[in-house]
Amino acid sequence: MPPLPIPAAAPLSWYLTLSAVLFALGVAGFLFRRNIITVFMSIELMLNAVNLTFITFSYRLKQVDGHIFSFFVMVVAAAEAAVGLAIILTVFKNRQTLEIDELNSLKN
Amino acid sequence: MQLWLIPLLPFVGFALNGLLGRRLSKPVVNLIACGSVLLSFLWVLKTLSGLGAFSGGLEEPYREHYFTWIQSGALNISADFAIDRLTSVMLLIVTGIGFLIHVYAVGYMAHEGGYYRFFAYLNLFMFFMLILVLGANFLLLFIGWEGVGLCSYLLIGFYFLEKFATDAANKAFIVNRIGDFGFSLAVFLVVIHFGSLDFATVFDKVKAMPVETSAGWITAIALLLLVGATGKSAQIPLYVWLPDAMAGPTPVSALIHAATMVTAGVYMVARSSQIFLHAYGALTVVALVGLATAFFAATIGLTQFDIKKVYAYSTVSQLGYMFLGLGTGAFSAGIFHVMTHAFFKALLFLGAGSVIHACGGEQDMRKMGGLRKYAPITMWTLACATLAIAGVPGLSGAASKDLILESAYEFAPWMYWVGVFTAGMTAFYVTRAFCMTFFGEYRGADGHGSAEGHGPAAAHDDHGQAAHVDDPHGHGGHGHGTPHESPSVMWIPLAILALLSLGGGFINVPKFLEPIFPLHEGESAAWLEYVASAAGLLGIALGYVCYVVAPAIPASIASTFSGPYRWIYNKYFVDELYDSAVVQPTIDGSRSLLWRAIDAAGIDGLVNGTGETARGIGGILKHLQSGLIRSYAAWVVVGSILLIAYAGFLGGAK
Amino acid sequence: MDALLFMIFAAVAVVCGLNLVLQTHPISSALSLVGVMAALAALYLLLGGEFIAAAQLVVYAGAIMVLFIFVIMLLNAGTEHKALKGSWAKYAGVPLLVALLGMVAYLVQRMSPPTENVVFGEFRKGNPVEIGHALFTTYLLPFEVTSVLILIAILGAIVLARKEIE
Repeated sequence: MPPLPIPAAAPLSWYLTLSAVLFALGVAGFLFRRNIITVFMSIELMLNAVNLTFITFSYRLKQVDGHIFSFFVMVVAAAEAAVGLAIILTVFKNRQTLEIDELNSLKN
Repeated sequence: MQLWLIPLLPFVGFALNGLLGRRLSKPVVNLIACGSVLLSFLWVLKTLSGLGAFSGGLEEPYREHYFTWIQSGALNISADFAIDRLTSVMLLIVTGIGFLIHVYAVGYMAHEGGYYRFFAYLNLFMFFMLILVLGANFLLLFIGWEGVGLCSYLLIGFYFLEKFATDAANKAFIVNRIGDFGFSLAVFLVVIHFGSLDFATVFDKVKAMPVETSAGWITAIALLLLVGATGKSAQIPLYVWLPDAMAGPTPVSALIHAATMVTAGVYMVARSSQIFLHAYGALTVVALVGLATAFFAATIGLTQFDIKKVYAYSTVSQLGYMFLGLGTGAFSAGIFHVMTHAFFKALLFLGAGSVIHACGGEQDMRKMGGLRKYAPITMWTLACATLAIAGVPGLSGAASKDLILESAYEFAPWMYWVGVFTAGMTAFYVTRAFCMTFFGEYRGADGHGSAEGHGPAAAHDDHGQAAHVDDPHGHGGHGHGTPHESPSVMWIPLAILALLSLGGGFINVPKFLEPIFPLHEGESAAWLEYVASAAGLLGIALGYVCYVVAPAIPASIASTFSGPYRWIYNKYFVDELYDSAVVQPTIDGSRSLLWRAIDAAGIDGLVNGTGETARGIGGILKHLQSGLIRSYAAWVVVGSILLIAYAGFLGGAK
Repeated sequence: MDALLFMIFAAVAVVCGLNLVLQTHPISSALSLVGVMAALAALYLLLGGEFIAAAQLVVYAGAIMVLFIFVIMLLNAGTEHKALKGSWAKYAGVPLLVALLGMVAYLVQRMSPPTENVVFGEFRKGNPVEIGHALFTTYLLPFEVTSVLILIAILGAIVLARKEIE
């Protein structure tokens, strides 16, 4: 293969930067989307980005604990997804809407 | 000796009349008012005879200590009264002439409203004036000083429903205040440099100091005291309130603005003579101010038509003479003139009041005339006063004025000549007033035409200064058409004062005051006296000629020199000058800067602005709790950014 | 080689992430999320986390995302409408995001030594043996607690969604 202008191995900081980018994308979705389910999915995206950070640092520190953390994050995300979607179902049953701006009972 | 009774008795009169006067009948009010002053006068006599003042005693001051008032560090001010010979002269003048004027006022104010209020104020005035002369330190003097200023305000503005009266009262008080500011500064300097305000302490210290050879502290104190005196005693530049003060009732003009309050400045300078003697050039300034005022005011008095205004300017002029006497070193001559002036000026004013009363409220001399048929007693008493002030030899006025002029000659001959010329003018204008009032034919309107209301608004001159009637309530009750004599309660005090004016010159006040103001040694040339007397007689003669024999002369002079005439007639436009230079800028400055900028915009802005800011912040912060999930999310992001920034950049991340 | 693989999978992840944010229909967003998870699983493999990569695909992409898709289809969620109000979020949100991303990226760059590289196969502790070992010794308590957590989640979900849509 002709030598491509890329390094042989990816620096660790790239993984971390990618994680930051994905996190930012998750925040963007969280701020700008109006469908509740999409907002929820953005939250999952953020969690995934965090997982990547954990695994990266685990690689750096040569320990397995990061993997364990990531594992637990997944478990909790699963539980949260289940309960959250149940809540969304209930809300939809009551309000007939999935617009996040309509759910403003906390106002005033 | 119970000196405190002297001022207390009028104060009791004030309290009784002030609090209960509305319910008391007029005779009772009279009794309280005049009685308290009479008792005070008698007590003064008793005290003085007890101290031996009339028999050569009282060479050292007699003090009474009442209580320590202010004790602060090294400063110790106690409430003390002290009598020495100077005080005794003032006491006799104040209580004696005060009593006569109270009696006169009983008759004069008989038909006025606010009767008890008038006498209450008069008694209050007596109280403060007595504190002023009896006080043994600068602070008590200042209390009396301010108090008489207050009473002057109350009494000038006695007819408070008339705007010109309240304006005059304001003017008097404010101009006085300017002088008081100078006086206060002087008192502060005295405290700083002498550590005490007590007269005896301060003057002993000053006596031990050498005379200043250049402008220093003592000179500063002296000049500031002089500023205070110019305010209270109506000298240049703060004399402008006195002519306007004629808006008050005539007894007020007589008592306060002729005999007593305006002499407070003279008294204060005389009392502080040691300070002035040890200052550099301060006495010269006093003399110059006095001379200038005397000349200046006399020229204005030549042209006025309101009888009270003529006498007002005469007062300013005579006060100038007193300051001239003080300034040339003849302190006792100045005090002597205070006494004789009290006699004849009070008489002039009371007589003017009698004339006004006779003409039913008219004050413009052009509307008077021929009153010698109708009011003979008034005429004779006023004649005595006129001759006295004109300086006819042998009468009281001449005695004191000659002493002053002699002292002026020794100080600087040119001052003597100016003083003599002024004396001539004095004689001329009082004769003018006398002749216009009493000779010729009665020129006033018959019936009520000139009696009611403000009198004709006599647009004889540009500024409508004629006929500021001093009792707009009118003498309607008299229902007179022709002038008439005053009741006895009014002419008896006039008669007594006339006798004093004639014979007062024989009271040898300078000899009496010798322990305090050493007599001047050496004889002065006799021709000084003769020239001064001649000037006075010449003035009388000219006055008689111009106003009785050939009345056309004054009019022709006025039209020939119409420019200067107009200038003098309008009081050299000094009031207008002050108005445009001081009053209007102050008003404008207060309005635009102090009121609009500082008060409305600044302070209100601050207070309201605080509220507005709180509201504004609340308006912003309310978005924190909008109930919208997405905005909460945004706030979370903001918070996280802040946290990351803190941890990343400030938290010690390497 | 590793870098190339990283870049490919990173690109996939970012593109899918963008798609998630920019698509209007939730189903499209859900499928994009699946794509992100798959790319991340490959990245985990590059980092030596075999177990986690597998768990990601099985649990996340296989179970959670399926759940999402079920709910989307159940609720018949449609395309999002145009925003009526709340466009202020765009003006406020974009700077915030830029700030957040910029800051984190800068910090990351500053704190990482430049010589640290990720080489496939260098990390050997990501196998199930190691994970199991750590899970059942050091992290036993959290492990048990999570099981209780899942139980609670199940109960909660059932209670919440009990009166099903008729």
